[in-house]
Amino acid sequence: MTQLSLSRDGARPTAAPAPTALLSVRNLSIDFHLRTHILHAVRDVSFDLLAGRTLCLVGESGSGKSVTARALLRIIDPLAKVAGGSITLAGPKGEVRLDRLGADSREIRAIRGARIGLIFQEPMSSLSPVRTIGAQIVESVRLHRPMSVADAKAETVRLLKQVEIANPEQMADRYTFEFSGGMRQRAMIAMALACNPEILIADEPTTALDVTTQAEIMDLIKRLQVERGMAMLMITHDMGLVAEVADEVAVMRWGRIVEQGAVDDIFHAPKDAYTRTLLGATQRLDRASTRAAPPTDGPPLLSARGLTKAFGKKSWRGKTTFALTAVDHVDMDLWPGENLGIVGESGSGKTTLGRMLLRVIEPTSGRVLWTPNAAQADSTQRDVTAMGRAGLSEYRRAVRLVFQDPFASLNPRMTIKQVIADPLIVSGTLTKGQITDRVAQLLSLVGLDPTAMERYPHAFSGGQRQRIGIARALALDPQVIVLDEATSALDVSIRAQILDLLLQVQAKLGLSYLFIAHDISVVRYFCDRVVVMHKGRIVETGQAEQICTTPREPYTQALVSAVPNPDPRDKRMLHRTRFVAP
Amino acid sequence: MLGYVIKRILLMFPTMIGMSIIAFFIIQLPPGDYLTSVLAMMADSGQTVDPAEIARMRQVYGLDDPMIVQYWKWISGILLRGDFGYSFEWGRPVSELIWDRMGATLGVSVAALVFVWAVSLPIGIYSAVRRHSFGDHFFTFFGFLGLAIPNFILALVLMFVSYKYFGQSVGGLFSPEYIGAPWSWGRVGDMLTHLWIPVVVVGTSGTAALIRILRANLTDELSKPYVITARAKGLPEYQVIMRYPVRIALNPFISAIGWVLPQLVSGVTITAIVLNLPTAGPLLVRALVSQDMYLAGSFILLMGILTLVGMLISDLLLAALDPRIRFT
Amino acid sequence: MTDAFPPQPAAHMSRPTMASTPSAPETGPAISPLRPGDDPSKIAVAGQWELIWHKFIRNKVAVAAGCVVLLFYFIALFAEFLAPGLPSTAQPRFTYAPPQPIAFFVTDDTGARSWLPHVKGYTMSVDPASLRRSFVVDPDSVVPVGLFVRGASYDLWGLFPTDRHLFGPLDPTQPMNLLGTDRLGRDLLTRLIYGTRISMSIGLIGVVSSLIIGVVLGALSGYYGGWVDLSVQRLIEVISAMPMIPLWLGLAAAIPVTWSPLSVYFIITLIVSLLAWTSLAREVRGRFFSLRDEDFVTAAILDGSSQRRVIFRHILPSLTSHILAVVTLAIPTMIVAETALSFLGIGLKAPVVSWGVLLQDAQNIRTVATAPWLLVWPAGAVVVTVLAFNFLGDGMRDAADPYET
Repeated sequence: MTQLSLSRDGARPTAAPAPTALLSVRNLSIDFHLRTHILHAVRDVSFDLLAGRTLCLVGESGSGKSVTARALLRIIDPLAKVAGGSITLAGPKGEVRLDRLGADSREIRAIRGARIGLIFQEPMSSLSPVRTIGAQIVESVRLHRPMSVADAKAETVRLLKQVEIANPEQMADRYTFEFSGGMRQRAMIAMALACNPEILIADEPTTALDVTTQAEIMDLIKRLQVERGMAMLMITHDMGLVAEVADEVAVMRWGRIVEQGAVDDIFHAPKDAYTRTLLGATQRLDRASTRAAPPTDGPPLLSARGLTKAFGKKSWRGKTTFALTAVDHVDMDLWPGENLGIVGESGSGKTTLGRMLLRVIEPTSGRVLWTPNAAQADSTQRDVTAMGRAGLSEYRRAVRLVFQDPFASLNPRMTIKQVIADPLIVSGTLTKGQITDRVAQLLSLVGLDPTAMERYPHAFSGGQRQRIGIARALALDPQVIVLDEATSALDVSIRAQILDLLLQVQAKLGLSYLFIAHDISVVRYFCDRVVVMHKGRIVETGQAEQICTTPREPYTQALVSAVPNPDPRDKRMLHRTRFVAP
Repeated sequence: MLGYVIKRILLMFPTMIGMSIIAFFIIQLPPGDYLTSVLAMMADSGQTVDPAEIARMRQVYGLDDPMIVQYWKWISGILLRGDFGYSFEWGRPVSELIWDRMGATLGVSVAALVFVWAVSLPIGIYSAVRRHSFGDHFFTFFGFLGLAIPNFILALVLMFVSYKYFGQSVGGLFSPEYIGAPWSWGRVGDMLTHLWIPVVVVGTSGTAALIRILRANLTDELSKPYVITARAKGLPEYQVIMRYPVRIALNPFISAIGWVLPQLVSGVTITAIVLNLPTAGPLLVRALVSQDMYLAGSFILLMGILTLVGMLISDLLLAALDPRIRFT
Repeated sequence: MTDAFPPQPAAHMSRPTMASTPSAPETGPAISPLRPGDDPSKIAVAGQWELIWHKFIRNKVAVAAGCVVLLFYFIALFAEFLAPGLPSTAQPRFTYAPPQPIAFFVTDDTGARSWLPHVKGYTMSVDPASLRRSFVVDPDSVVPVGLFVRGASYDLWGLFPTDRHLFGPLDPTQPMNLLGTDRLGRDLLTRLIYGTRISMSIGLIGVVSSLIIGVVLGALSGYYGGWVDLSVQRLIEVISAMPMIPLWLGLAAAIPVTWSPLSVYFIITLIVSLLAWTSLAREVRGRFFSLRDEDFVTAAILDGSSQRRVIFRHILPSLTSHILAVVTLAIPTMIVAETALSFLGIGLKAPVVSWGVLLQDAQNIRTVATAPWLLVWPAGAVVVTVLAFNFLGDGMRDAADPYET
């Protein structure tokens, strides 16, 4: 092959002749032998990994993408069996069929870590908590490279420096719980790269991290990949991240690859219906809200003034020493009919703020004010922080909460009728028959079949459970619903459905939402106004569109630009604004 | 680390005081006091006692003082003078009687603890790693059996078997020729041939419990991501298991001293009675039956303190082994 | 398309378990059921107890253990009827008599076999040197036995006077000692059956009283908090650090000798439970506190439920199955405790019959050597019971949370 082929779309210049595949997977199938059934987790999956290129395996939960990645190193669960197909690794001494090697054979061990490196989602649990970071990296180094302990230590320090960990000499002697999430992931990367592997497998490497940390980690991975010319297989559920880093994409669903091709083709000319759904759900959330924002000139429905929560530790002499101020003098207002987003990274205090508004957590100081008839322009305020039992239960009927985890928030021992009816029974105004009618009405409102009300939560999927949680919140005709990361545990296609449901309900019932989220793209689609929090303080407040497109504060700018853009022609995250804490 | 050690030692004191109160309560529990039992004894043997003499003795022993004063006299005697009171049955101070016996109790308990560890560690690891294999089911079954057979029944059965089939009596810690003999290698060897039966008897249920705990913990740990990380490095499987999950699953193993030791001390007490060992057990029961309460109370107190010290050691070992405890 | 990607293979390996072909639209992950008949719509409306039951009966060992436990309680309930005699009836003619084997056919002189359930009788021999009597089973002597025979009269549960026994010798004056006799010639089987009643009931009553102690103290410490909570916690710590048996011994030894057997029975039960409630309390407390932080409990509070409603409607139903399992696992410790105390002569005493009292006879190794049945049967009963309770409790604990994955 001699001809020079220029790329057709200009987005991805390809060199010719095409590099040969370092690793090729053909018709890989994996079955899980469970107690009651066989789950065909991976079915007829084929792909190639090329030096210097990134393949993204993208799919929602249960699509079989992680199992596929681990099968390449033959470290799958004992319940899983490779049912067919081949995994071939090219090498200087000819090809090696990885699928034919024993799971603990010398040959496969010589490949693990040395030729193929692996990074995981959860850096905390992926490193042993009882050995120092340095010891764990030294072990990796010495496994495949003949080296003295002292040399290996020096090499470890060099690796830690390479992954941009400050004071690598000291940090090598620390334990994982002394590291932050981002630093742990850096250490994990250092370990995976300890023996200069040709292939790097990154299994959701940034899912557990904040977006700004995610952007830094992806920068790092990308840089190291280019420096070393590694092939990379990246597993992710995030189409935005795919657009930012992938050269090729394979979309997985229910164990199959439904579509694969160059990243630009997948994003701009998707052929498969599922790829289009996935893209549609991701891109829709990245667009501006289509709602008209309600007026904010009347009295606010709910306000916080100087709200503060300090989590203290009592010393043994009974003195309270404040270790952490989770929420620091927050002022905010929510007007009737409005959707207010509260956005922040982990540790920003957004969840604590939401819980304080409901007095699940008692504020250390400050006030929460409620104007019950704000919609009628009656500005009589009531002080929630000073309420007794009766007042509080009236307030909690008007302001409701939807939880993040759809599994933990429903009592598994109650039918969904009992779950939804519980607030109705406690308020005690309806008869038995009326309650049943009301539950049926609520279920149809949230798009569930009312005849299913005698079922238990275990019969429902995550998205359906979240609908049940919303029905419970709606049962008492509330004025405000606090959505505490209510969609972040859901897959992206379900997430879009739930958000649309919430907007429909709002159009019908005219309530307000307080939307607590770490994901700023969702906020843009859903909210009228946004409050950005950082380390317990409000950094910036403004219209959602303005915050998401032209943020004023440096922190917000960094936050917004770190969000991956689901368009490979416009890589926002990789060209982001950096925020340096003052 | 030092702060942790100090805190842990300070925390031990309230528990110790609680134990001494319980021991004192047991001393006081039988109806009447020790003078009434002395009088009853004397009356049995036909002696008459002068009422004035009785009153004098009551005062000497402080038997008319309020409870709290009596407790203080008792506990301060122990703490300040090592005076545990007087054994009426033996006519000697308690402190002359207990130390040998407590030493033997400690010896058998520690030997049993070592036995428990040595046996349950390899079996527990094997059972967790080869789950649902024949060996695992085999050990699980024997584990259940070991948990279900009370110590003293096991002791009886072993004694019966060795008497019936080997024609020898297995009681005691020494053969007759070594009882009271000075320590020599021969005596040590003789003791070891006797020691294994009480150690096996006492250790069986603890071993069974620890195997189950280790198996459950290790099974949990084996599915943790860091095990996959270790595999992905290219470590051989046995090193993966020994360096990572086993290292962490050892924690409950160390902390097991805390609750296995009271069980072992308990077990030694009752087993010693069956096997007639010179430990605290037989003397304690005799003291209780004859209501020689200062002797009995001292034994109960010392056994409690023995397990407390064991717990302290286990907590400190745990802190040394696990940085997560040390740093918080 | 780039040439780096191979085209999707058109030909599929033919695997019969594959649910569908790539052309057909898929609606979910591919699954091949291993067992037909799992009806998801039934599971969907199954409540907690139904799910727990389904999970429990899959554990065959636990189910078998449950049957054994039920059988023992049945024996305890109908002890008078099931036992062939009375526990205190001494037969001075048959001391340390060995077990009599049971047979169903007799062969007469002509060699014909005929149906006649019977046990073999004894012949006595006196050792001329030691002058000790010993009995051997005489294969020629036949004692016919039958079902629902008349025997010693008794009052069932102290209420209904009768003299019917499930089985026994047709002629009440003839010996039938299926498991042998003790030093006074009392029938071991009868005593073992009566002992079942005492030993099994001590476990049950003991566990109920420790549960009451645990719940009352737990509620007090939870309700008042502060120093009450602190001192209850300390108390639990002190008691669980004490070696159990010396403490039991100390308390039991203080029981006055003059007390009636019934009072001794109750006080022993109380002592046993006084020290065993700590592990129960600890377990329940731990679960309670972890449940209190669950999202669904927070949701119930926000729904306006009172504290009482949160505890009784939301927390306790989640706890019940766990408490049941813990209680089941605590019963065998009580039984062993009573057995140990009685064995040492500090617990129950004759004329009360419990397994521990029976084992007192086996204390002397020489006695055991001549009459091994005195050790084997009572010890076997204890071990089988403890084993059954442990298997049952383990099965219940595994099934107690049907929602964990």
